[in-house]
Amino acid sequence: MADIDQSRIRNFCIIAHIDHGKSTLADRIIEKTGLLTQREMQEQVLDNMDLERERGITIKSQAVRTIYKANDGKEYVFNLIDTPGHVDFNYEVSRSLAACDGAVLVVDAAQGIEAQTLANVYLALDADLEVFPVINKIDLPSAEPERVINEIEDVIGIEAQDAPQISAKNGVNIEAVLEAIVEKIPAPSGDPDAPLQALIFDSIYDSYRGVIVFCRLMHGRVRKGMTISMMATGASFDVVEVGTFGAGQFIPCDELSAGMVGYLTASIKNVRDTRVGDTVTEKARPCKEALPGYKKVLPMVYCGMYPADGAKYPDLRDALEKLQLNDASLQYEPETSVALGFGFRCGFLGLLHLEIIQERLEREYNLDLITTAPSVIYKVYKTNGEVIDLTNPTNMPDPTEIEYMEEPIVKAEIMVTTEFIGAIMDLCQERRGNYLGMEYMEDTRAMLKYELPLNEIIYDFFDALKSRSRGYASFDYEMAGYKRSSLVKLDILVNREEVDALSFIVFEGTAYERGRKMCEKLKEEIPRQLFEIPIQAAIGNRIIARETVKAMRKDVLAKCYGGDITRKRKLLEKQKEGKKRMRQVGTVEIPQKAFMSVLKLDSE
Amino acid sequence: MIQKKDLAIYVHIPFCIRKCYYCDFASFVAPRQTQALYMQSLQEELKSYTPLGNHYIVRSIYFGGGTPSVLEPIYLMRVLLDIRDHFLVAKDVEITVECNPGTLSESKLQEYKALGINRLSIGLQSANDAELKLLGRIHTWSVFRSNYALARRLGFNNINIDLMQSLPHQTVEGWMDTLQKVTELSPEHISAYSLTIEPGTPFYNTYGSPEGQKELPSEEEDREMYHRTRDFLHTRGYERYEISNYAKEGYESRHNITYWVGGDYLGLGLNAASYMDGRRFTNPKDLQEYRDTARGAYARCKAAEPLTEKARMEEFMFLGLRMMQGVSEMEFRNRFRKTIADVYGDIPTKLMAEGLLKREKGRLKLTERGIDVSNGVMAEFIL
Repeated sequence: MADIDQSRIRNFCIIAHIDHGKSTLADRIIEKTGLLTQREMQEQVLDNMDLERERGITIKSQAVRTIYKANDGKEYVFNLIDTPGHVDFNYEVSRSLAACDGAVLVVDAAQGIEAQTLANVYLALDADLEVFPVINKIDLPSAEPERVINEIEDVIGIEAQDAPQISAKNGVNIEAVLEAIVEKIPAPSGDPDAPLQALIFDSIYDSYRGVIVFCRLMHGRVRKGMTISMMATGASFDVVEVGTFGAGQFIPCDELSAGMVGYLTASIKNVRDTRVGDTVTEKARPCKEALPGYKKVLPMVYCGMYPADGAKYPDLRDALEKLQLNDASLQYEPETSVALGFGFRCGFLGLLHLEIIQERLEREYNLDLITTAPSVIYKVYKTNGEVIDLTNPTNMPDPTEIEYMEEPIVKAEIMVTTEFIGAIMDLCQERRGNYLGMEYMEDTRAMLKYELPLNEIIYDFFDALKSRSRGYASFDYEMAGYKRSSLVKLDILVNREEVDALSFIVFEGTAYERGRKMCEKLKEEIPRQLFEIPIQAAIGNRIIARETVKAMRKDVLAKCYGGDITRKRKLLEKQKEGKKRMRQVGTVEIPQKAFMSVLKLDSE
Repeated sequence: MIQKKDLAIYVHIPFCIRKCYYCDFASFVAPRQTQALYMQSLQEELKSYTPLGNHYIVRSIYFGGGTPSVLEPIYLMRVLLDIRDHFLVAKDVEITVECNPGTLSESKLQEYKALGINRLSIGLQSANDAELKLLGRIHTWSVFRSNYALARRLGFNNINIDLMQSLPHQTVEGWMDTLQKVTELSPEHISAYSLTIEPGTPFYNTYGSPEGQKELPSEEEDREMYHRTRDFLHTRGYERYEISNYAKEGYESRHNITYWVGGDYLGLGLNAASYMDGRRFTNPKDLQEYRDTARGAYARCKAAEPLTEKARMEEFMFLGLRMMQGVSEMEFRNRFRKTIADVYGDIPTKLMAEGLLKREKGRLKLTERGIDVSNGVMAEFIL
């Protein structure tokens, strides 16, 4: 395996809008190239987290190496690097792209180009990748490959006439894709004899081997025993093992050389020493300069995460630490809440990212969590000239100290069939959108462009979009700076005590509406207690909405049947158990669920 | 000589002429043949307890149901004779039979009398015929009246009447009318329960939904009925001694008190529950399974796990609090060698501050408000 002819290597990824069949195509490629027999093939090999399979989305980058014997009679090494499809994970996408030389663009023959198709294509083109299209799902009755081909040429501007028309699901025409990969994706062209220069595109932690570094070799070689150093962190290590990626397993080899994609281990105990995007070089013979790497992504959405059982705080800390090892975009720092006790303020790329992390914490680490309302980062310009980045509403300074505030704005592109344009424009209007323009993609579809405040889209914008377009609209956005805005902190008082975990920042014009909905929702969620509980929404000292949870009048088991004490006991135990799941705020017990319910105010 | 422990025996007779719409007890309509076989199993079950005979003295026997009065009295006689064969029975034993109006006759009551049955518990539920019909009862107010008069004439001088408040469409005045009519008959004991809509009953289908609940009296009305019941019965000479039970002085139900003070009781028959020697166990709910295993009842009883001290403390509290006299702090300490405060910390103090509990003469008791929300109060004593 020592010296593989670089002309026989193809490093590529597959990009697509969610649900267009990226993972299925990846599976077919792996299957057709003989890495696995069909029997060994588990559905969607690359999505190996349970959560990924269930949601049908790819969250983490994955890599796999396979051998393809092409029609020209030669064998080619394919390194397929899978990328996440969701806008929240653009960061992961660009990481993966940097390790590739080309990209296969999968487009659904019925749905055509969607917002994320475009976003991902632009990322790939930005990374100087060769992109060629594949039309998938031609088996669908509604497939219109010709229309989609024209759309690709018109909208993206890449050649699509000879795009393979396939059905990844049924394994139709996969060979055409494999041949196109050989023909269209350029071979790497690094110098194997130059000093080592390798890009870290991912890493995972293994309790036996330490950090496993996923890397793409641009130049040079790396082998067992070599002393390497990380150019950004300066840390150096002796390589223990190098190898390539099987399906779901690591296959050791003697050496990795220029153009190859593989992994290395070097008894690295601390993941912080191997930053994704950093360049690995040989300590004794370093390369001249580091690779550009990736720009560090910053979290855009913050929320508080608290263990439902306060005693689990250390467990939550450990779990976050472990998750952060292979998800550098996750940030967290300790915070405390009067209502919820000790927890963490966590930063995420978006709401989906937040949900994914929450679910992973709950499933993989068996934690029961309370999450507070997500917040974006506001800029607060104080009268004393100070500027603060506000991620937790609780820290909002007194209004008298605030000169003005700014909120983050995104540029959104929404692709929608023409019949729903009106409905979607209404939605954007309600969300304080600023109309930028509209382009017709073809007769029946258009792309709407809006400027929207980020805090209007982090809750449920995506759901609203889907429901108002019967599922047809797709959506992508990018950050577009900050804008001055009238913002207020809305506080919730339960039995006249402020519940810090329920405070949030809201546009002044919608504060009344929000406050009223919050109070209504909380009234539903807070069970009646022995006394009457007022629930109030307030801005500063001004109460803007109020609901009342009436006092419990009756909770008595009239008859204690014969000697059936067991039944009575079960009832009381259940009651006691229910109480445990409550948070005591002053004298009122608030169920955990109530803290989360305010996230879904608009879902009805 | 061994000190004999007091024992209450409960005998479950699951048969009814018709099942009422609200009822979720182990009860059903069955042909005579089934009744005969069931009683045979029950006697086998009773026989299995022979080895316990020396340890207990029977203070009360209670035939519950179902409707025990649908049975031919001879079956009750056999059970009573067997009990006397295997156990020492106290001279002043309280023997109660639950009966439903419409199932009593002069000859039946005479036979009861001859068997030593000295207490009747009659399921009236309401004095209003429309309400009786709605509940699915087989009788009317006037049928009850004649049954009651008959029982009095034959010398039954300890009678309980079961009543149910908060029926669909019932008003506070309607309920007070039932109480008025019943107290005119001057029974010794009145049980007054709030209707509970139990899953699996026809009533649940009708009144279990949020829509259906609107046909039931509100919680406020329910509580008003409850509090007015206590006040009204007090003026008529009845004292509330348990959350839902009222009696003239000296006529408190000895049998039921056993449950609340943690005394030993033996439950015979389908789905009957027992508490003996610190162990709780319950018979099978399925008729066939019950019959198949009746013979081995005592062996099963011995195999049951004894309650932990924690469970015993909890029960001491939540059962004892059902009694208006409450729980004795001294008795808690004598039983468990710890004070209530040792075990429950400031919970009683907190509940007292909230006005749900009160302390009087070394006893902790529910307040009126505490009764209204007693589930919440009792749940605090689950450790």
